[in-house]
Amino acid sequence: MAALVCLAVLGPLGAVLWRADGPIRLGASDWSAIRFTLLQAALSALGSVVLAIPVARALARRTFRGRQALVTLMGAPFLLPVIVAVLGLLAIFGRAGWLNGALGWIGAGDVQIYGLQGVVLAHVFLNLPLAVRLLLQDWLSIPSERIRLAHALGFSHADMRRHFEWPLLRATLPGAALLIFLICTTSFAVALILGGGPAATTVELAIYQAFRFDFDLGRAALLGIVQVAICVCAGLMAFGVTRRRDIGAGLDRAPMAWPGDTRGSRWGDTIAITGAALFLLLPLLAVVMQGLPAVSGLPGLVWAAAARSIVLALASAALAVSLAVPMAIFMVRLRRPALVEGVAFLTIAVSPMVIGTGLFVLIFPVADPVALALPVTGLVNALISLPFLLRALVPAVQQAEATQGRLADALGLRGLQRLRHALLPRLSRPLGFGVGLAAAFSMGDLGVIALFSTPGQGTLPLEMYRLMGSYRTDDAQGAAVLLMGLTLALFWAFDRGGRLNADA
Amino acid sequence: MLTLEDLSLSQDGFDLSLTADIARGDRVALLGASGSGKSTLLSLIAGFLSPDRGRILCDGRDMTHAPVAARPMSILFQDSNLFPHLSVFDNVALGLRPDLRLSAQDRVRVDDCLSRVDLHGFGDRRPSALSGGQQARVALARMLLRDRPIALLDEPFAALDPGLKTEMLARMRELCDERGLTLVMACHDLRDAERLCDRLWLLEDGKLVVDAAMSDALDKPPDLLRPWM
Repeated sequence: MAALVCLAVLGPLGAVLWRADGPIRLGASDWSAIRFTLLQAALSALGSVVLAIPVARALARRTFRGRQALVTLMGAPFLLPVIVAVLGLLAIFGRAGWLNGALGWIGAGDVQIYGLQGVVLAHVFLNLPLAVRLLLQDWLSIPSERIRLAHALGFSHADMRRHFEWPLLRATLPGAALLIFLICTTSFAVALILGGGPAATTVELAIYQAFRFDFDLGRAALLGIVQVAICVCAGLMAFGVTRRRDIGAGLDRAPMAWPGDTRGSRWGDTIAITGAALFLLLPLLAVVMQGLPAVSGLPGLVWAAAARSIVLALASAALAVSLAVPMAIFMVRLRRPALVEGVAFLTIAVSPMVIGTGLFVLIFPVADPVALALPVTGLVNALISLPFLLRALVPAVQQAEATQGRLADALGLRGLQRLRHALLPRLSRPLGFGVGLAAAFSMGDLGVIALFSTPGQGTLPLEMYRLMGSYRTDDAQGAAVLLMGLTLALFWAFDRGGRLNADA
Repeated sequence: MLTLEDLSLSQDGFDLSLTADIARGDRVALLGASGSGKSTLLSLIAGFLSPDRGRILCDGRDMTHAPVAARPMSILFQDSNLFPHLSVFDNVALGLRPDLRLSAQDRVRVDDCLSRVDLHGFGDRRPSALSGGQQARVALARMLLRDRPIALLDEPFAALDPGLKTEMLARMRELCDERGLTLVMACHDLRDAERLCDRLWLLEDGKLVVDAAMSDALDKPPDLLRPWM
């Protein structure tokens, strides 16, 4: 199965490499796209992690009513279709948005969202929750014994920074920043809507333009290789700088307040939490408020696109699970799981647009790629979900093997019987979560489908983009609410289903 | 004198209530099954928990709501509780100055404490390069440097092998004799208690059910203590 994934990822890449063979050179606009890709990814990563530090610190050391709900809600942008997030940001920061309305009211100048600042803003919006979660996870895992010791030794705020925060940040921050950098280098939908033009085009967008507008396969292939090189470098650096967390293990007592608390730190935490909540939740609120009244009047083609998207999401999730479960079992049995993990990493390092372009090159001589737009999109979406599914499944398979493995061995359970009796009952929860995640990603994807699709064949995100492009704002906002609702509902249904089965 | 006056706490369905005095220099072993309230009582005395009712007095001064670091106590935790990113020297020095801005005199004091626990020359190492017994001695050196009149021990040597445990208890006893420390030690093993302490408290479901001199308790054990012998 791992070999199959390798083939599905490396095959298109090989096809792209084959097409790139020839006297093709990067032009000025291509270099500009490379520079912009690196610049926006660096600024987005920096912005996300810098803002995440005070927010994660505040959430780690404060307990208040609704804290858990806020942490959960802050995860919403991770699941949210990018195009919906961008529409929400436009509602707040756009020309006719709430912020410019307020600035106009007090006589101040307009804020421009299009261009580099808009791309960075959207990426920070989408990745701040990820950065907060990565840091919060580490901060919450500080053994409470260590915090008790800090109380006992009379640590001040500065001592806490020096002995607790700095070692954790040094271990987590570079990896988190490079992960976000990596994610932002493959940005397509954000750059498509908020960027564009020679000065604000990412490499992914340049591939799309070379392919879709110029049908210049050679240039698309060359840009694809550049994109892969950027991703592989960023990915290897991310793996390289991730350091072992060096704060020790504890006895898992209940978390407790940090010493050295002052009125200033309490105010600082309140501002950080409120600011982050407003930044992340106001755009979603704006989408719902503006789009809800338009849902009932949406045209038929939007509903048809929604139906196609649901089918695609379910098929893509099913394919992702069929690949991930055997891979997870294989990774656990293999003495050197880094090899299989490397395969999953490939799916992050090779961008969706490159896989899509490669598949087009492969399919083109034998069939009409446009007719296969939906299956190809489903396949790419399944491959993109794999790393997340494996992250959820591997620990659960390890746990199941540790607790039931010997019994299964003793009973002679093998193959499907072992899967059915010893593994699947224990995988219900991570499977539900993983399928939900894969379905949600596929539901909101606006990437490969944009390469192939023709009118009447699009998914809901693509239809929404077309509505935005034709200035049918009300319909676009209605479609955004529908897309957001369907995405969250799909995730919730699978995640909930997994939990129910696990509890049974 | 450490006075626990009408102390009570209800937490997650567990109730602890207790009144007791500990004279200066007393060494009290806190014995009891898991969940009997030993750690909760130590947490109340140390200041990690606040009682619902009652007072904690140290030499007549009300310390019930004093911050942990302001109490005249030092604590040995269940694990040695060392910072893995700091050297042995810095881990000990934290007991003197959390910001680690040490004068020449401070450094001499840290070195002295390391020598007292036979860790001279280990100052540059990281805790991960030490054995379990050596880590316990680093924690003891930090406690020495804190130099507080009351020592609270939360099963600090439970993870050590019997030989090391005996050695650490002997070191602790020597330290108590030398400095006249008042000591409260939570433990599971009556033999450990006997090696270090001169007074025995037995806790059951958050209540103090036996309070006796160690020698009396061992000569004529109350019925409740027999299962522990």
